Amino acid sequence: MKFDTSGLESHGQLVGASDGLFSGFPTAPSFEIPNTTDFDCFQKEAIQMVKPAKGTTTLAFIFKEGVMVAADSRASMGGYISSQSVKKIIEINPYMLGTMAGGAADCQFWHRNLGIKCRLHELANKRRISVTGASKLLANILYNYRGMGLSVGTMIAGWDETGPGLYYVDSEGGRLKGMRFSVGSGSPYAYGVLDNGYRYDMSVDEAAELARRAIYHATFRDGASGGVASVYYVGPDGWKKLSGDDVAELHYNYYPVQPSVVEQVMVET
Amino acid sequence: MKQQSNWSPYDNNGGTCVAIAGADYCVIAADTRMSTGYSILTRDYSKICQLAEKSVMASSGFQADVRALQKVLAARHLIYQHQHNKQMSCPAMAQLLSNTLYYKRFFPYYAFNVLGGLDNEGKGCVFTYDAVGSYERVGYSSQGSGSTLIMPFLDNQLKSPSPLLLSAQDAVTPLSELEAIDLVKTCFASATERDIYTGDKLEIVVLNADGIRREHMELRKD
Repeated sequence: MKFDTSGLESHGQLVGASDGLFSGFPTAPSFEIPNTTDFDCFQKEAIQMVKPAKGTTTLAFIFKEGVMVAADSRASMGGYISSQSVKKIIEINPYMLGTMAGGAADCQFWHRNLGIKCRLHELANKRRISVTGASKLLANILYNYRGMGLSVGTMIAGWDETGPGLYYVDSEGGRLKGMRFSVGSGSPYAYGVLDNGYRYDMSVDEAAELARRAIYHATFRDGASGGVASVYYVGPDGWKKLSGDDVAELHYNYYPVQPSVVEQVMVET
Repeated sequence: MKQQSNWSPYDNNGGTCVAIAGADYCVIAADTRMSTGYSILTRDYSKICQLAEKSVMASSGFQADVRALQKVLAARHLIYQHQHNKQMSCPAMAQLLSNTLYYKRFFPYYAFNVLGGLDNEGKGCVFTYDAVGSYERVGYSSQGSGSTLIMPFLDNQLKSPSPLLLSAQDAVTPLSELEAIDLVKTCFASATERDIYTGDKLEIVVLNADGIRREHMELRKD
């Protein structure tokens, strides 16, 4: 099976850059495949061993002022919490964000790769890449690896010449343009809060609070989501991190403990 | 009946690794037991490898893959030194390790790594990895068969506010170097009690502004 390794190609071999140091030095090897008769079975075992982190809650939505992006920070391997401080909102460049859901390594690597491709596009075309273009680049790469076990459920959010943009891209090869998305094991809970509270004409603060609440409720009910709820805003000047709150603290902010009323002593008549 | 292949290219040699980052030091430690199944292959195998002047990696898992990984990284570091006339910094080595692991995404290195060292400002840094290269800078970490025993204890002793909280705080522990070494010895003594794959001897490497230093401690051999 012929692999498309264009995603891995090093663009270091530019015209005229040959200065002797690069010759004979393999920069970007293609993926190795184990030499077995039954690749699919081997793949299943390799996946089991690798056990990508799947539990997560991420969300993003477009509103009047721009795009709001939020995520939790828990990574789980089966039932074990491997980290409570994972960065699930990846800064591709100063005006575009990507979210991470599914395999942590897959998301990190391909988002980093996307950032490189976006920068090369800027250098080659003397203008920033659109959100449409960036999401298409990623979707095409993931489509080539379809069926090979990559696990990526990401949203590309940014601000370009046409205004705010939001796309959902996944490792099955899907790419959807939309106004509201939530991805991950906690997404049903987040959708409940998000869909209920959403209005197009919200202020930045209202939208941030809605995003934060949605993540909090998802972490409350979904065991695979937790840690810190991060909220980012993407506006015409690029993205800005608005808040990062521990969800345990958010719980007591939203539902403070009521001091219990001392029961009245029954007086015998 | 379809014949399933019953030969696996992987094996787990067990063992545990820990790393703790301090304000101006980094402690990396691993036990020296190498096992296969219920047998001990050797009691004196080092899982720690110094990749650069200020980067030390400890890896548990399948030691043949670990050895191959160490060789690839050492070779890449040598090329970097030839091209840039300087040593790789620890954060740079961290990303190199991540990419090296991901390039074998469909036939992974069965290696669970922690990378410890000093960053460009001289502060301690620890990076923790999964088998295919996802990584994160943290204040402390453990990997390997005893990690599920050690991590909760380190969380209890060292847990610092998450780096994701908006008021950015330092990820390093306030402990002194000697206190951190003592903590590591305590971790391994306890893990050895309850994990059959951890024991024999503890190897500790300490990186600070004065350079690199090694220590040993005996552990239970049963």
